[in-house]
Amino acid sequence: MESFSLILAIVVVTALAFDFTNGFHDTANAMATTISTGALKPKVAVAMSAVLNLVGAFLSVEVANTISKGLVDESGIRPEVIFAALVGAILWNLLTWLVGLPSSSSHALMGGLIGATIASAGTGAVHGDVLVTKVLIPAIAAPLVAGIAAMLATRLSYALSAQRAEGKAAEKGFRAGQIASAGLVSLAHGTNDAQKTMGIITLALVAGGAVSPDSDPPVWVILSAGLAIALGTYLGGWRIIRTMGKGLTDLQPQQGFAAQTSAATVILASSHLGFSLSTTHSVSGSVMGAGLGRKGGVVRWSTATRMFVAWGLTLPAAAVVGALAEYVTGFGAWGTALVAVFLIASSAAIWVVSRREVIDHTNVNDIEDGTEPAGVVTTAIAAVTPPPAGTVADGLTATIPAPAEVTAKPSATAL
Amino acid sequence: MKIDWAALGSVFGVSLVITVAMVGVFTLGIVGLSRRERALAQGESAGAAVTGAYACFAACAAVVAYGIYLIVA
Repeated sequence: MESFSLILAIVVVTALAFDFTNGFHDTANAMATTISTGALKPKVAVAMSAVLNLVGAFLSVEVANTISKGLVDESGIRPEVIFAALVGAILWNLLTWLVGLPSSSSHALMGGLIGATIASAGTGAVHGDVLVTKVLIPAIAAPLVAGIAAMLATRLSYALSAQRAEGKAAEKGFRAGQIASAGLVSLAHGTNDAQKTMGIITLALVAGGAVSPDSDPPVWVILSAGLAIALGTYLGGWRIIRTMGKGLTDLQPQQGFAAQTSAATVILASSHLGFSLSTTHSVSGSVMGAGLGRKGGVVRWSTATRMFVAWGLTLPAAAVVGALAEYVTGFGAWGTALVAVFLIASSAAIWVVSRREVIDHTNVNDIEDGTEPAGVVTTAIAAVTPPPAGTVADGLTATIPAPAEVTAKPSATAL
Repeated sequence: MKIDWAALGSVFGVSLVITVAMVGVFTLGIVGLSRRERALAQGESAGAAVTGAYACFAACAAVVAYGIYLIVA
């Protein structure tokens, strides 16, 4: 750890911050359906996921090595580039969290890295073919594979159990199965995503000359990355959990089980067979597939469409922010400081905006229309509609945010 | 640029088969447990159903164990 410069320290801290956002962004992947079907209490679910993420972080360093040894030329990379990349990734993660949309943290990270690398070393330093084969194709394949598998599994499960699996035993059984498969997703997530941060920190250390090229992540990197992602997971991205668990479709424990099993299988099969698929994309796909698999099940395509748009934007948006940040850091130390201040200020601003409508473990299952911030619609309509005489204002606000497609629970109207 | 269609295809095939098989077998296990629940309620015994159910769960547990092995390895 000799020659540990200030910029390197900044990069490491920023990388851990990204890891943290990654954790709370992706809690939903493992636990959204478990929480929405009531298989686990919200706090218990995120705690379990956090522990398994932490465990997963220690299991292997393979993914970390792909990041630090594949996508971009290590030789042309300065720590500032990685810092800029992380700024892009963190901001995109926070923005999508604010609007409650699941999106791939890995894509955000790769986008930031690509943008910053282009700004720094030109387009030649990015391996375009790696980009297509490792990013674009998997992004399309993951939800399809997981979705189709989950849909067929759900169909089969309902066909097998029709009128024959009812009562307490069935209910408890599917819950247990769902918890187990969700645990497996958490574990796989820890091995995948905590390692992305390890890969990034290692890349920065290599770029800064603190460790030799092609080396595995040092132990302190593994430990801190595991802790950061576990902490983020425990705090829980409740907005995204709500979208994934309740916004896309309505799941029963049986469907939740099929969805998580499909997601876990796809993630494990893909990483083992060398065609790595995004956890977020797999889980979103399997949740929708499970929604479609039950008779009378619906997928809310409006929410799904917004999610797909977010997926499409993830890489370019993070790339643009990463490129801009890299451009500014190019002005020297004060440029880097400026970017750091910008990152902290934007994160704080996003947090402040999020406090306007708090979503946490107490109301994560109370759904209005998808993830549409009900307050905006309600206040807009309330502003243009003069309250008719004899109508209680509360009645107005209570009925608007829940259109017919969702049978709103009474607790939702109390918000 | 070379897209590894074989890897993608095998991910698709393997995922599909394992998911459907896992969910199917687990559901059968639960059907077995439900049968016992009903049998007990009527004062009968359902030994075969219970044995079958536990065999199903054991098969699922084995697959999960293999999954964990894949993560660790």
